[in-house]
Amino acid sequence: MTGSVIVAASFLYLAFLFAVAYFGDKRADAGRSLIASPTIYALSLAVYCTTWTYYGSVGRAASSGLGFAPIFLGPTLVVGLWWFVMLKMVRIGKTHRITSIADFIASRYGKSQLLGGLVTVIAVLGVIPYIALQLKAVSTSFSILTHYPAIVMPAKSETVPWLADTTLYIALMMAAFTILFGTRHLDATERHEGMVAAVAFESLVKLVIFVAVGLFVTFGLFDGFGDIFSRVAEDPSLRHLMSMGAGGNSFGNWFALTLLSMLAVMFLPRQFQVAVVENVNENHLRRAIWLFPLYLLLINIFVLPIALGGLIHFAGQGVDADTFVLTLPMASGHGWLALLVFIGGLSAATGMIIVETIALSTMVCNDLVMPVLLRYRWLALQGREDLSGLLLGIRRCAIVLILLLGYLYFRLAGEAHALVSIGLISFAAVAQFAPAMIGGMYWRGGTRPGALAGLSCGFAVWLYTLLLPSFAKSGWLPIEFLQGGVLGTELLRPYELFGLKGLDPIAHSLFWSLLANIGAYLCVSLMRRPNAREAGQATLFVDVFKQSRPAGDAFWRGSARIGDLLPLIGRFMGPERARAAFADYARSRGVASVEALPADAGLVHFAETTLAGAIGSASARVMVASVVQEEPLGLDEVMNILDEASQVRAYSKRLELKSRELEAATGELRSANERLKELDRLKDDFMSSVTHELRTPLTSIRAFSEMLLDDPRIDLAERKRFLGIIVSETERLTRLVNQVLDMAKIESGHADWHNGEVSLIEVVEQAVASTSQLFKDKDVALTMDLPESVPIMLADRDRLVQVVLNLLSNAVKFVARGEGQVAIRLCQTEEGLRVDVRDNGPGLTQQEQIVVFEKFRQGGNTMTDKPQGTGLGLPISRQIVEHYGGRLWVESVAGEGACFSFLLPCGKSTESLEEAG
Amino acid sequence: MIKATLTGQRLVAVFLLGCVLVNYPVLSVFNPEGAWGGIPVLYLYVFGVWAAVIALMAWIIER
Amino acid sequence: MTKKILIADDEQNIVISLEFLMKREGFSVCVANDGQEALDKARSEQPDLVLLDVMMPRKNGYEVCQEIRADAALQGMRILMLTAKGRETEVTKGLAIGADAYMTKPFSTKELVAKVKALLDVAA
Repeated sequence: MTGSVIVAASFLYLAFLFAVAYFGDKRADAGRSLIASPTIYALSLAVYCTTWTYYGSVGRAASSGLGFAPIFLGPTLVVGLWWFVMLKMVRIGKTHRITSIADFIASRYGKSQLLGGLVTVIAVLGVIPYIALQLKAVSTSFSILTHYPAIVMPAKSETVPWLADTTLYIALMMAAFTILFGTRHLDATERHEGMVAAVAFESLVKLVIFVAVGLFVTFGLFDGFGDIFSRVAEDPSLRHLMSMGAGGNSFGNWFALTLLSMLAVMFLPRQFQVAVVENVNENHLRRAIWLFPLYLLLINIFVLPIALGGLIHFAGQGVDADTFVLTLPMASGHGWLALLVFIGGLSAATGMIIVETIALSTMVCNDLVMPVLLRYRWLALQGREDLSGLLLGIRRCAIVLILLLGYLYFRLAGEAHALVSIGLISFAAVAQFAPAMIGGMYWRGGTRPGALAGLSCGFAVWLYTLLLPSFAKSGWLPIEFLQGGVLGTELLRPYELFGLKGLDPIAHSLFWSLLANIGAYLCVSLMRRPNAREAGQATLFVDVFKQSRPAGDAFWRGSARIGDLLPLIGRFMGPERARAAFADYARSRGVASVEALPADAGLVHFAETTLAGAIGSASARVMVASVVQEEPLGLDEVMNILDEASQVRAYSKRLELKSRELEAATGELRSANERLKELDRLKDDFMSSVTHELRTPLTSIRAFSEMLLDDPRIDLAERKRFLGIIVSETERLTRLVNQVLDMAKIESGHADWHNGEVSLIEVVEQAVASTSQLFKDKDVALTMDLPESVPIMLADRDRLVQVVLNLLSNAVKFVARGEGQVAIRLCQTEEGLRVDVRDNGPGLTQQEQIVVFEKFRQGGNTMTDKPQGTGLGLPISRQIVEHYGGRLWVESVAGEGACFSFLLPCGKSTESLEEAG
Repeated sequence: MIKATLTGQRLVAVFLLGCVLVNYPVLSVFNPEGAWGGIPVLYLYVFGVWAAVIALMAWIIER
Repeated sequence: MTKKILIADDEQNIVISLEFLMKREGFSVCVANDGQEALDKARSEQPDLVLLDVMMPRKNGYEVCQEIRADAALQGMRILMLTAKGRETEVTKGLAIGADAYMTKPFSTKELVAKVKALLDVAA
């Protein structure tokens, strides 16, 4: 296959990719975003899978079996935390118009230019090996493919003159494409919708092609998974790949790589770019949380079959395992499939390089070059009207520079390492951002010096334990460096720092660098309180979800003129775009024109965030500060604002609590009111009943008295009869009044209880004695059944007599004259002492058995002689029995008599009382 | 705006579960010689957990 | 011709006093002790006036009053309701369902007699 065919195919593919990006940009400008979909968002996150995954995973698997998996298991697991962590990062990014990870960290720690610069340096130096990896993969695959159908491993590029090295041209071509994709115009929020669309498409391409090769190898060259694995199991030189421990894949390293990839998938500049900066809708995160890991799973299913298949197929032929994806189709004569594989690899490399270099160039421009220019060439800059061209120029230069640096690393060190090892060096570098990032989002106490110290220490350790050794291995540093470190002492060996052995270089470096990083970050941060600016930014970041947090403009005081701000923004963004942005802002504030905008803290804050979208927060701050008169806020004032904010929050919390309490209280009141109404109704009924009961005897008394008074001719017998009625009605009235009072007292708990030692036998006997006349009068038989002795109890004797009396008089009242029979029985049961009063009267219906205990409900229906009761006897009796913890009830069948019973518990204390007595 | 913190907490639980399942010592339990339907037990286990974690997260989010 | 009065009340002593009072004024008297009995007697005895207590067993005074008014054969029968419940609503209710007059207990015997006579158009 000739180079020209491959080059033509490559350019065709890249042109198509560019068309996708162009279309995406056009759609975005028209307001119909192509990337407004969670699936596109998840696919763009798959820029995580580069040529490292595409070619390198197979190489890693060929030497360590499952050892490639942690790099993808880490992201799969860590997305479980994204619901909280990534959402917060995205929200902060949107709120503060964060343009890069350097901007994020700089902004969090008081918009520090120094910190932004340091992060940029770490990111650039850390990621350059990774870019070199892509260049290496593309150039290797290119050179192998040109020899098709022969399989020839490429010569070392050190032997090729620089200008004849295809890798250099690949790097330059990539730079050109990146400039085309990423810096065609300067966007206010640094979004690149077209680029995201292209990356999502590219992710799809590499997945499909890789899976296609996997299917081809597994089912075309071999006979399914089982065939490959069983052949490997039979080969003693390969069998070890099927368990842990192959190729340094220990449990410790496995864990370290999992952790490393967890951090990398969040803090690699390109991941931050697509996940945070390019996010168009927070809700896309939901689906991406499972869609992105699913992508990772799919692209990894065929890694082992390809790796093991390659090992079997090329046994002893010296073919680099990193190239199996390409060489297996070549070896079986499938040239077109091989070309497709090359395109897929190119696709993976292009996606990574474009996003990574755009992210890095933004950082270099905003956090490295601009601050320097602003500091030293401010005067020169002042003369120029429109600076947006300058910004684009800086970014384009940065892109070229970064790719050339990548190429340089490839020439210097790239040959000594496998693809994955190079990538891991970069992973370890970006892991250094984790403490400052996560601490910054969740801990208010982190300070600028703390972040600086942490990043510097972690970076220094990384440099010493990973980057420099990689140069030493390639021969650009003396190899003795690996043996004795800088001072020649064993303690400082880069791979065995302080004598720590047993870990592979990556795990070793990760441990020491993160230890130094976190340690320094915490210690230095804790040395002093955050100052005013740090405290303000900390609150804005940590409390980004809280509604009542102080607005960004709360921490600014001073005066500004719209006539200064508008031109300033215009110089960086272009006058028209700046004017449009200000007009939008004016509309949102309800102001008619830009000129009418009040020059207050809000406007200054708006101007600064708008500018931050273009040149980063730290530089924006310096620029805006140059045209406005700011009165610096002291720490005390910032603390006051924070206190106020937290007070407002506390107040609103208390208010919420109060309103909830009020609701509950209202509910209680409502039910209390219902109860009161019910009670009121009952009281009304009671009063109505009482009046009725009082008026009835009064009616008779008055009528007879008036008749006696009016008519002196009434004969003596009549007079006597009338007077008798008057007397008995008066007695009835008295009884009624007494019982109503009694009832009221017992019910309200104010009754007097004269408790003493009482024997129920005596009580029954006394009651029977009192009612004996009643029984005689009506000629009713009364039988008594009393035990020999019963436990003495503590009670009010008179009250208990009242109860028995009431039951007896009720019984006698309802039985028939002459043939009535009443039996009273006292017995001791397990529950206590029980008294039954049984009669052979008319009995009670089911309904009557209930109402008979209600007040003023008298038993009996059609009696000609109305019972001489008040209707309060049974209710009072029941109250008395219940007062002593007992119960009073009736059992009856209509027509067969009734049996009223009560039961009084007699506890052990009363029994012992009996013994004592 | 993603509000349901309960969903978030469930995802964190899946994260913790996954971390335990694919690391030492649980991983060492599934590291014997031998194959299951022609596929080594270790491979099957790691990819099985991997798929299960994704399925669990999808179920938590999408139901 | 003597007018006949039905006394319907479940309180024996009140019945006695009313009976005495009405007989003394020259009316003939019959007695009922509950609502159902009152209705039966009203139909069988055809009294000119009923002294009707409200709180009675089996049927209360309101029900008796309504049934009398609904009975075509009992047209022209005067009804004087007596009650120990003297609330305004009860008076209104009694008059609304067709009682001719309403007195609360305890009543003045003179007033009662005067009202009965007025209802029966008998000269005092």
